[in-house]
Amino acid sequence: MEPTTLVLLPAIPEIFLACAAMALLMIGVFIGDKSLRLVSWLAVGSFVVTAVLLYAFTGWGGRELAFDGLFVADPFALFAKLFILLGSAVAIILSMDYLERENTARFEYPVLIVLATVGMMMMVSANSLISLYVGLELQSLALYVVAAIRRDTIRSTEAGLKYFVLGALSSGMLLYGSSMIYGFTGSIDFAVLAERVQGEASVGVIVGIVFLAAGLAFKVSAVPFHMWTPDVYEGAPTPVTALFATAPKFAAIALFCRVMMEPFGGIADQWQQIVVLISIGSMILGALAAINQTNIKRLMAYSSIGHMGYALIGLAAGSEIGVRGVLIYMAIYIVMNVGTFAIILCMRQQGRMVENISDLAGLSKTHPMMAVALTIFMFSMAGIPPLAGFFSKLYVFLAAIEAQLYTLAVIGVVSSVVGAFYYLRIVKLMYFDEPVETLDRPIGREMGAVIAVSGLFTLLFFVWPAPILNAAAQAAASLFAG
Amino acid sequence: MFAGIVFLPLLGAIVAGFFGRIIGDRAAQIVTCALMLVSMLLSILAFVDVALGGNPRTVELFTWIQSGALDVSWALKVDTLTAVMLIVVTVVSSMVHVYSVGYMSHDPAIPRFMAYLSLFTFFMLMLVTADNLIQMFFGWEGVGLASYLLIGFWFQKPTANAAAIKAFLVNRVGDFGFMLGIFGCFLLFDTVNFDQLFQAAPEAVGQKINFLGMQLDALTTVCLLLFVGAMGKSAQFLLHTWLPDAMEGPTPVSALIHAATMVTAGVFMVARLSPMFEYAPQALMVVTFFGAITAIFAATVGMVQNDIKRVIAYSTCSQLGYMFFAIGVSAYSAAIFHLMTHAFFKALLFLGAGSVIHAMSDEQDIRKMGGIWKLIPLTYGLMWIGSLALAGVPFFAGFYSKDIILESAFASGSQIGHFAFWLGILAAFLTAFYSWRLLILTFHGKPRADHHVMEHVHESPKVMTIPLIVLALGAIFAGFVGYEAFVGDGRAEFWGASILVLEGKDVIEAAHHVPLWVKLLPIVVGAAGIATAYFVYMLRPGTADAIAEQWRPVYLFLLNKWYIDELYDFLFVRPVRWLGRFLWKEGDGRVIDGFGPDGVAFTTRLISQRTALLQSGYLYHYAFAMMVGVVVLVTWYVFSRMA
Repeated sequence: MEPTTLVLLPAIPEIFLACAAMALLMIGVFIGDKSLRLVSWLAVGSFVVTAVLLYAFTGWGGRELAFDGLFVADPFALFAKLFILLGSAVAIILSMDYLERENTARFEYPVLIVLATVGMMMMVSANSLISLYVGLELQSLALYVVAAIRRDTIRSTEAGLKYFVLGALSSGMLLYGSSMIYGFTGSIDFAVLAERVQGEASVGVIVGIVFLAAGLAFKVSAVPFHMWTPDVYEGAPTPVTALFATAPKFAAIALFCRVMMEPFGGIADQWQQIVVLISIGSMILGALAAINQTNIKRLMAYSSIGHMGYALIGLAAGSEIGVRGVLIYMAIYIVMNVGTFAIILCMRQQGRMVENISDLAGLSKTHPMMAVALTIFMFSMAGIPPLAGFFSKLYVFLAAIEAQLYTLAVIGVVSSVVGAFYYLRIVKLMYFDEPVETLDRPIGREMGAVIAVSGLFTLLFFVWPAPILNAAAQAAASLFAG
Repeated sequence: MFAGIVFLPLLGAIVAGFFGRIIGDRAAQIVTCALMLVSMLLSILAFVDVALGGNPRTVELFTWIQSGALDVSWALKVDTLTAVMLIVVTVVSSMVHVYSVGYMSHDPAIPRFMAYLSLFTFFMLMLVTADNLIQMFFGWEGVGLASYLLIGFWFQKPTANAAAIKAFLVNRVGDFGFMLGIFGCFLLFDTVNFDQLFQAAPEAVGQKINFLGMQLDALTTVCLLLFVGAMGKSAQFLLHTWLPDAMEGPTPVSALIHAATMVTAGVFMVARLSPMFEYAPQALMVVTFFGAITAIFAATVGMVQNDIKRVIAYSTCSQLGYMFFAIGVSAYSAAIFHLMTHAFFKALLFLGAGSVIHAMSDEQDIRKMGGIWKLIPLTYGLMWIGSLALAGVPFFAGFYSKDIILESAFASGSQIGHFAFWLGILAAFLTAFYSWRLLILTFHGKPRADHHVMEHVHESPKVMTIPLIVLALGAIFAGFVGYEAFVGDGRAEFWGASILVLEGKDVIEAAHHVPLWVKLLPIVVGAAGIATAYFVYMLRPGTADAIAEQWRPVYLFLLNKWYIDELYDFLFVRPVRWLGRFLWKEGDGRVIDGFGPDGVAFTTRLISQRTALLQSGYLYHYAFAMMVGVVVLVTWYVFSRMA
C-alpha cells in the first residue's frame, strides 16, 4: 500500500469531540466533583458544536473518506450521528439531578458519555473491520464504566460486570468473525470486501458473517444475544438506562446496517434469513416476556428488544426502502424513549426512586400532564395511529411487504398486537386505578422540557413528517450509492 | 299535491323528532297535527280529483335503482284504490294525532310520540302510493319499524318491549314471504313495477317455477308468497299472535296502527295486486280459507277476553279475516269498502276505549269496570255507535260493508265461498255478542272498581272527544254514502282500472241478486248476538260464569287463544332458544372464546411466564445462550443455503 496524504477533514467533528472530552476531563480534575453541572453542560455544548461541525464539514453532500479509507462520512452517518448526539445530550441533561440526589455526583460521568459518543460516531462512520472494532470498543468500554458508576451499590456493579463480561464475549465473537472474513477474502476494507463477496460466498465467509452479526446483535440486544439487557437495564442507574436505550442502540443498528449493506450487500439474499430469524425472535420475545414484568425498567428493556426486532425488519428487507425504514424507526424510537425515561426518572416517592409499574397507579389524578405524556408515549410505542410510533412501524412493514417478506410482516403485526397489551396496561393503571402513594413534585425544569418536547414530537409527527422522512431517504440512498 | 300528502308527515316527524327538545312539547304537537291536517285536506282534494273525477295518474319523483333489468323509481301512483287509502290513512291519522294531544298529555316524551306517529303516517302513505313492489316494501318495512317503536313506546315496561319484539319478529316471517314474492316476480317478469307486472301477468298462467325443489305453478307460488307477507302484516291466523300483544302500546297507537291502517296493509296489497291474483285461482282459495278461519277464530277468542283492548284487537283480527275472504272470492271492492268503514268504527272503538281507560285511571280489565255510563255519557254514546257499526246493525257503516262481503261469499257459488259464508255468519253472531258483552260489562251493572277510581271517573277533554265525534260520523255515514260508488252500480266507473276482476267472475253483481234470506241472515244473527249478550250479562248476571264453569275445557281453550302461543313456544321458541344457548355457551363460549381470545391470552401469559424463567440472572446461562444462538444461526445459514 502506498503512503498517501493524511486526509482528516471529514473527521473533524469526531476529533473535536475527542479533544473536548479530554478538556472536560481536565476541568473535572481541577475543580472536582462540584463541577458536575458545569462539565455536564459543557458536554452538551460540545455536542451542539459537534453537530454544527458535522453540518459544516460533511453536510448532506456526497461521500468523503478519511484516514486512508478507514473512515467514511456520508449522509447515512450524518443522520445517525445527529440522533446519537441528541440521545447522548438528553441523557446527560436527564442525569444531572439524579446524580446529585443519589450522591453519585462524579464529573467522570459526562466525560465518559462524551467518550462513548465519540465511539458511537466512529462506529457509524466505520469503513473497515478495524475501525468498526475500534469504535465499538471505545463506546463499550466507556459504557461498561458508566453502567457501574454507582460502585457502592451491588445492583449497579453487578449490572456493569455482567455487561462487561458478556460484552467481552461478544467482542470476541465479532473479532473471530472479522478474522475469518479477512482470512477468506483477504481484506478488511468495506469497499474491497464488497467487490470480493459476490454470488455464492464460501462457508468461511458465511461463518464469519454470522459471528460478526452475533457481535452486533449483542449491541442492539437482539434475540438470542439479548439476555444481558433486562438485568443491565434494571441494575444500572436510571439515567444510564436511558442512555443505553437510546444513542448506543442507534449507533449499533446503524453499524449493523452499514456492515450488512456495504461489504456484504452482494449476498443480501443469503444473510437475509439470519436477520429475519433474529428479528422474529426479538419481536416475539419483546412482546411476550414484557407482559409479566413489574419493574418498569425491565419492561422497557423488553420493549427495546421488541423495538429492535421491528427495526431489523427494515434491515431484513435489504433494500433502500428498508434502510430508510430503519432510520425513521430509530429516530422516532429515540425520541419516544427519551420522553419515557424522563418520566421514569420522575418516579420518586418521598425522595427515593421507585421503579414498579404499580407506582404509576392513578397518575392521571396526581400528575395529569405527566399521565397524558406517558399515555402518548405508550400509545405511540404500541403503534397506534396517528402517533409517531405508528409511522415508524408502517415504514418498516411497507419495506417488508415490498421485499415479499410476508411472514415477517404478519408476525410483526401480530406481535405488536400482543405487545400493545403491556403498553395499554400502563395507561389503564394511570387512568383507572386509584393512587396508592403519590409521586413527588415538582419534576424539575429540564425534565419537564424533555417530556414536553418529545411528547409534542410524538403527538404531532404526522403533521409535518417531511423533514425526517426526506433526510432518512437521503441517508439511505447514500448507503446504496457506492 | 301528492308529494305534499306523503312528505308533510315526514317533515312533521323530523321537526318533532330531532328538534322536539328545542321547540318544546306544545310546538311539537302543533307542528305534527297541523301538517297532518293539511295532508288530510290535500288527500280529500286528491280523492275528489282522482276517484270522483276519474283522473288516476302517477307522479315520478326520481330514479332510485337502475341496475341491469331492475329499474325502480320513487313514484307516487294515485288511482282510486290509493285515493281511498289516502283518505282512510290521513283522516284516521289526523284524528289520532289530535286525540293524542289529550291522551298523552301526562307523558314525559310527547315530541317523540308525535314524531313516531307522523313517521308512521309517512311510511304508510309511501306504502299505499307505491308504484312498484320495492317502494311498497320500503313503506311496508317502515310501518313495521314505526309499529315496533310505538308498541315499545313505554320502553320501561318489560311487557311492552317483549310485545314490540314479538311484533317485529312475527312480521319478519311475513316479510320474508313478501321478499321471496318480490324476488319471484322479478324472476318471472323481469320487473317489479306494477304496470308492467299487470300487463305480463296473464301470459304467466301455466308457467312452472322451481321452488324448494318442487315444480309449482309459478303465478300461484308467487301470489302465495306475497300473501304470506300480507298475513304477517294483517295478523291472519297463524301469524296473528303479535296483534293482541301489540296492545301494550299507547291506545292511540292501537287505534291508528293496529286497527285502522297498518294491519290493513295486507288487504290493500292483495287488492293492489288483483291483476295477478285473479290469474291464480288456487291462491285466492287459500286466501279465502285463511280469511274465513281468522274471522271465526278471532271472534271466538274475543268472546272471553277480559282486557278491553284485547277484545277489540281480536275483533280487528276477525274483521281483517272478513276482508280477506272477500278478496278470496274476488270481491276486492267489497273488501276495500269494509276496510274503509272498519277503519272508522274500529278507530272509534279504540279511541273510545282509550277514553274509558283514561277515565278509569288506566284500568283495562272490564271485570273491574261497570256502572259508569252515567258518568261518561258521551264516550258511552260513541262506543254504542262504534259497536252498532261493528255488529252490522242496519244503516250503520258496518252493515253495508259486512253484508256485501257475506253476500259476495255466498254468491261466488264455490264451495270455499260457502264455507266462508257460513263461518262469516257465525262470526257475525259472535261479533255482536262480544261487542255487547264489552259494552255491558264496561258501562253497566254495579261498579266493580274501588271508590278511589270511581271518584275520578270523568269525561275526557274536548281535544279527545272531538276526534271521536268525527270518527263517529264516519262510522254512521261512511257505509251509506259509499255504498253506491264502492259496490253499487257506480262501481265500474269509480274503481276504473285500479282493481281487476276477470270476466264472468263479477261476484258483486251476483251478490245483489242473492236470495232474500241471505240478505237478512246477518241482521238476524247480529240481533241474536246482541240479545244473547243482554240475556247473559244484563238480565241474568252470573249465567256467563255458570256456562264457563260447565264448559270449562272449551272456555280455557278460548281464553288461552287456542293455545297458539304455547304451540309456537313449544315448536319454535324453545328449540331456537336451546340452539341459541348451545351456540352461545358451547360454540361461542367454549370453542371461539376458549381457543380464541381467552385461549390466546392464557397461552400468551403462560409463554410469558416461561420466558421470564429463562432470565435466570446467571452469567454463564447468558453466555451459553449466546453461544447456542451463534450455533443455531450458523446451522440455519448453512442449511438454508444448501436447500
